[in-house]
Amino acid sequence: MDIVVCVKQVPDTTDIKVDPETGTLKRETAGTTMNPFDMYAVEEGLRLKEKLGGKVTVVTMGPPMAKEMLKIAIAMGVDEAVLLSDRALAGSDTWATSYAVAQMCKKLGYNMILFGKQAIDGDTAQVGPSVAEYLDIPCVTWVKKVREVSETEITVERMMEDGVDVVKATLPVALTVVKEINEPRLESLKGKMRAKKYEVPTWSLADVNGDPAMVGLKNSPTRVAKSWSPERKFGKAEMIDGADAAEKADKVFNRVKDLGFIK
Amino acid sequence: MAEFNKADFKGVWIVAEHRHGVLHNVSYELLGKGREIADQLKVELAAVLMGDGITPLASQLVAAGADKVYVVDNPMLKYFDDEAYAGVLAQLAEQFKPEIIWTGATAVGRAFFPRVSIKLNAGLTADCTAFELDFEKRDIMQIRPAFGGNLMAKIVTPERRPQMSTARYKVFKALAMDANRKGEIVKPEIKFDSIKVRAKMTDFIQELETTINIAEADVIVSGGRGVGSGDNFKIIRDLAQAINGAVGASRAAVDSGWVPYSHQVGQTGKTVSPKLYIACGISGAIQHMAGMQGSDVILAINKDAEAPIFSIAKLGIVGDLFEIVPALTERIKKG
Ligand SMILES: Cc1cc2nc3c(=O)[nH]c(=O)nc-3n(C[C@H](O)[C@H](O)[C@H](O)COP(=O)(O)OP(=O)(O)OC[C@H]3O[C@@H](n4cnc5c(N)ncnc54)[C@H](O)[C@@H]3O)c2cc1C
Ligand SMILES: Nc1ncnc2c1ncn2[C@@H]1O[C@H](COP(=O)(O)O)[C@@H](O)[C@H]1O
Repeated sequence: MDIVVCVKQVPDTTDIKVDPETGTLKRETAGTTMNPFDMYAVEEGLRLKEKLGGKVTVVTMGPPMAKEMLKIAIAMGVDEAVLLSDRALAGSDTWATSYAVAQMCKKLGYNMILFGKQAIDGDTAQVGPSVAEYLDIPCVTWVKKVREVSETEITVERMMEDGVDVVKATLPVALTVVKEINEPRLESLKGKMRAKKYEVPTWSLADVNGDPAMVGLKNSPTRVAKSWSPERKFGKAEMIDGADAAEKADKVFNRVKDLGFIK
Repeated sequence: MAEFNKADFKGVWIVAEHRHGVLHNVSYELLGKGREIADQLKVELAAVLMGDGITPLASQLVAAGADKVYVVDNPMLKYFDDEAYAGVLAQLAEQFKPEIIWTGATAVGRAFFPRVSIKLNAGLTADCTAFELDFEKRDIMQIRPAFGGNLMAKIVTPERRPQMSTARYKVFKALAMDANRKGEIVKPEIKFDSIKVRAKMTDFIQELETTINIAEADVIVSGGRGVGSGDNFKIIRDLAQAINGAVGASRAAVDSGWVPYSHQVGQTGKTVSPKLYIACGISGAIQHMAGMQGSDVILAINKDAEAPIFSIAKLGIVGDLFEIVPALTERIKKG
C-alpha cells in the first residue's frame, strides 16, 4: 500500500496574540509549524501502514524552509518526505496548488492520499477534493473513522453537521480527515535521530512534469484583491451588577428579554 | 485552455442543498442575496436542485426568489455522493454557462464544489460572508474570513467563469416566501453514463447527542474550563433547555472530555452565529472567539473581570458561574 500524506506549513497560531487596543492580530509573533489537522492525516497514514504494510510518504508544496516541517513527520515515523518548491509556484491559489500537489502524487504513485480537513491559514478545505478531481479518483471528506480497509476497498465514517455518513469507496482514494479520527503519536527518539540526518529531496515543477501555465499567481483563477484585519465589536461590555446572584440574574433576564430572546 | 468570452456567461445560480428531504436554510438565504445581484446585473436567478424524488421541492425555491429551477431528479442522486453531484453540476454549468454559482459552505457544499471548480477550470472561494458587485467588470467580490477570522480577504475571479463560491449560512437574508411568484421548472438532460461514482454513501447515523445542532441554533449556551467537570455541565444544559438553546463548549471543555467534540465552538470546532451566545467560564481565547464573534449578542459570565471575553461581549456579569447560571435558569423558568 503506497500512502501519500499531503501536509502544509502554516503560521503557528499558538503564539498569535490579539492586540488588546485594536483587536487585530500581532502577526510578528507567529512562527511556522505543520498544519495541526495534517498531524491527524500523518497519524492515520502510519496506522494504515501498520495494518496493511507498504510505505508512507509525506509531501508538501512550499518554500525551502518547509523542509523542517516535513521532518516532524519523519520523526513521527513516516518513510519518506518530499518537498515541491519552485519560483513558478509562488502565489498559487487552491486551484493551482491542487494541480501541483496532484502532479507530485502522480510521480510518486499512490493507493491512498490523505489530507487534513483544512489548513488553518486559508481555511479553505479545497485542496483535498481538488487534488482528487485532478487525479480522477474518489474523495471522501471529513473522515472521522476508518471502519474497514483492504487493498481494493475502504469503508469510512464521514462527519456531517447532523450525524455521520457511512461511505464505501474503491481504491485509489483520497481522504480528508478530522481530528476525531485519532490521537497523533509523539515524535520518537529514533525518529528524531533519523529526522536530523534526513535529507529532504526537493523537486522542481519540471521534476513533476508540471505545466507552468497551470500554476503561480498569474495563472490562478482567484486573486486576493485586498486583505485587512476585521473590525471587531471590541469595546466594553455593558456590565450587569447586583447585590447577589439572584439580582444579577434578574437584571440580565430583563436585558435579554428587552432584546427579544425570551418570550 | 479554450478561449472564452466573459460575456458568454450569464445568470446567477444557487445550488440548493437538502438533507433527508428538507431544503437547507442556506439555500433560501443565498436566493435572497442572489436575487439582489441578479437584479443589478439584469440576469436570471436560477436554483439547481439535484436529488432523488425532490421535484416537489422546486416550487419552494421559486417562492424563495428563483426565476428558474433546474431540476435533476434521478435515483443516482439518492444520496449525497460527491462525484455524482459534481458531475451533474459541471454538465449543467457547461451547457447553460452561468456567471456565478453559489452554494452553502456546509459539509456537503465544501466537499463537492472543489471538484466542480476543477472540472470547469473556474476558481473557487470558500466560506464567503459577503458579496459585492463590481458592476462595470461584472466581477463579484467574494469576501471571506481567513486565519480563523483574524484576517478578512476580498477575493476576485477576474478572468474565469463561472465565479464559484461557497457561502456561510446565517449571514445572508432570505426573502419572505411568496407562493404566488412565478418561475419556470426545467428538467435538463444529463449524461449519467459519463459520471463515475466510486465513493458511495451506504448508511446514515443520526447523532443523538446533538439534539439541537449548534451551527443552526438561535441561542447557544457554552461552557468552558470554568465549568470544572462533565457533571457540572448539567447547569449549562439546564440553562440551555430553559432558554430553548443549544449547548456549546470551548476546546478546553471538549479536550477534558466533559462534552463531545460536536459541541466545540471555535477555529477547530464549529463557527456559529446565533442571535444570543452565552459564554460561561470561557476566557475568550482568540481561537474560541474566531468561532462565535459573529453572534448578534454575546453575554459573558466569568469570575475574572479582566477576561478577554468581556471585550467582545455586549453584556457581562462578573461572578461565579455556579451561582449566576442556576439563578438565571430559575429566573427564566419563572418567566
Ligand atoms: C490551533 C488551535 C486551535 C484551537 N481551537 C480552538 C477552538 O476551536 N475552540 C476553542 O474554544 N479553543 C480553541 N483553542 C484553544 C484556545 O486557545 C483556549 O485554550 C481555549 O479556548 C480555552 O478554553 P476556556 O476559555 O474554556 O479555558 P480557560 O482559558 O482556562 O478559561 C477559563 C475561564 O473560566 C473562568 N472561570 C473559572 N471558574 C469560574 C467560575 N466558577 N465562574 C465563572 N468563571 C470561571 C476563568 O476566569 C477563565 O476566564 C485552540 C488552540 C489552538 C492552538
Ligand atoms: N501547499 C500544500 N502542499 C501539500 N498539501 C497541502 C498544501 N496546501 C494544502 N494541502 C493539504 O490540503 C489540506 C486542505 O488545505 P486547504 O485547502 O488549504 O484548507 C491540508 O490540510 C493539507 O493536507
